[in-house]
Amino acid sequence: MSTQVIPRPSFSHRSSRWFSRNLIRIYAALAFIYLFIPVAYTFAFSFNDSGKSNLVWQGFTLDNWKNPCGAPQVCKSVANSLQIGVISTVVATILGTMIAFAISRHSFRGRKTTNLLIFLPMATPEVVLGASLLAMFLNLRINPGFWTIVIAHVMFCISFVVVTVKARVASLDPRLEQAAMDLYANERDTFRYVTLPLVMPGIAGAALLAFSLSFDDFIITNFNSGIESTFPKFVYVSAARGIPAQANVIGSAMFFIALIIVIVGQVVSRQRKKS
Amino acid sequence: MAKTKVSQDTGDLVLNRISKYYGDFCAVDDLSLTIPDGSFFALLGPSGCGKTTTLRMIAGLEEPSAGTISIGDTDITTQKSYRRNVNTVFQNYALFPHLSIFENIAFGLRRRGIKDVKDEVEKALNLVELGHLSERKPAQLSGGQQQRIAVARAIVNRPEVLLLDEPLGALDLKLRRQMQIELKRIQLEVGITFIHVTHDQEEAMTMADTIAVMNQGKIEQMGSATELYEAPKTAFVANFLGQCNLIKVKVQSRSGGKVVVSAKGHTFEIPESRVSSSNDALLLGVRPEKLRLDDNGVNSIKECVVTDRSFVGTSTQYLVRTPWDLELVVFEQNDEGLHDLRVGDKVSLEWDSEHTFGLDGAQDVNAGADLDDDE
Repeated sequence: MSTQVIPRPSFSHRSSRWFSRNLIRIYAALAFIYLFIPVAYTFAFSFNDSGKSNLVWQGFTLDNWKNPCGAPQVCKSVANSLQIGVISTVVATILGTMIAFAISRHSFRGRKTTNLLIFLPMATPEVVLGASLLAMFLNLRINPGFWTIVIAHVMFCISFVVVTVKARVASLDPRLEQAAMDLYANERDTFRYVTLPLVMPGIAGAALLAFSLSFDDFIITNFNSGIESTFPKFVYVSAARGIPAQANVIGSAMFFIALIIVIVGQVVSRQRKKS
Repeated sequence: MAKTKVSQDTGDLVLNRISKYYGDFCAVDDLSLTIPDGSFFALLGPSGCGKTTTLRMIAGLEEPSAGTISIGDTDITTQKSYRRNVNTVFQNYALFPHLSIFENIAFGLRRRGIKDVKDEVEKALNLVELGHLSERKPAQLSGGQQQRIAVARAIVNRPEVLLLDEPLGALDLKLRRQMQIELKRIQLEVGITFIHVTHDQEEAMTMADTIAVMNQGKIEQMGSATELYEAPKTAFVANFLGQCNLIKVKVQSRSGGKVVVSAKGHTFEIPESRVSSSNDALLLGVRPEKLRLDDNGVNSIKECVVTDRSFVGTSTQYLVRTPWDLELVVFEQNDEGLHDLRVGDKVSLEWDSEHTFGLDGAQDVNAGADLDDDE
């Protein structure tokens, strides 16, 4: 045995080694901080004893959470947004799913063109869409309001639904439907018991996407809402006078509800896999 | 729930002059076939020979371009697949991933409006010996288990005909052997007609009562495994089922139940009943294990040279070159009479007349060789 002494690495050498080994973790931590600072900020300021303006920290209070409808019009606008979101989601999901099946399952004249046209609303700037829609409604002498918002939302949600559902339909193994037909299921039963359940995750994903797009939309809504208020519009309008802390409460609550839904979904699917 | 009415025909399955075209490509070419009720029938052929298309037409998943298909007295050519009393075991099983094993098997029963499915499903599960897995999802099962569930899902419906589309293709060799025996057992137990599509000649020979060898949309020959192996009618069948030596010969005389032929100065005899052509140019066929390394028979070739030798356990395989540079394959059993020859050794070959067969000489000598394992 040789008695060679391994020199103790210098401090700077050791620290740089530690650094390079943990680089990916440091990077990940920084990325998450970057992503979540706005959420944390919103959450923290929902506890601000704000008074009129919620820009400066003035002390901790639970009053805003106890009375989320405290600010004038805030709950009315949230209710509007939820209603518009649900109606647009249901309509856009049904229409979009039907379009997706038509495009991926049937060959008809103009299928390629349809495929391309479906993408257009996604590519068009929202201001342009919003302004043109308003011009159209005014020309048709329709007063902007609740239903014009719904029509506008359905329009831009459909494209996203079609794209999402189409991807799921395309990945469906055609042999499964053949197997169903082979096992005495007619066309309707095959769709009901095999095709639809297998495409369902795609449809559900599309619906969630449509809802969040609708709930979130400000630009197109602002053009076509008339005097009707939605939550994003409420926040935008009140920004001029100072956003009430209740907006932060509702924003944070939305975030946590979404988080809980995701966690419950994960737990349920994991337990299903186990059993 | 809609209840599907299924026709309850029994009897032989008859394909009458069916063809299937895809554009200009002819997948199945004027094919006629009668499959007796209750038999284990194999459609054997290389990939692209039209065997799967034929199966899909029987299942109702493709419609023939011409011809008719019937079971017993009923024409089912245009019947929807869900009305046919025919079920399929698909190549990759096609189990419904969102349903439990129990519901997969119950699927066909429920679609026909049968309420009480529990007993039937359990019986089918026990038949394939997987009763304990009924609550699992297909993804939680191994390939072999999925395969058996696919069989159970079809058999539970007691169809008149069960179609198996390369059902063992995705399994490893050992499992395959096991499943071959299992399928054969199930067929004997339930007694329904099995039509098995495969490109594996060994699989077809082990399992089926009757084999139809298909090539380019047509049936080359149909018969039992022994018939096809011992007395093939075409070079394709001779080469596709096992290995075969084919020698180009000319007919010298046909008399007394014997056909005397010659090649490069050597004369050989073939029993007339084993010659399937009246041409003067024939192919003389003899299987490698029927050749002996001796020179006292009626049919012999002297002054041959061993060009290759490989030991494969139960036998030794030699490549032997004739004086006119034709290479023949010889299998010799590894028992007491072993010659233990080396490459370069001089040797004579002989064989018995009753082990030879004569084919039409206009065929490609290599038709059907090296085609079996490319799928």
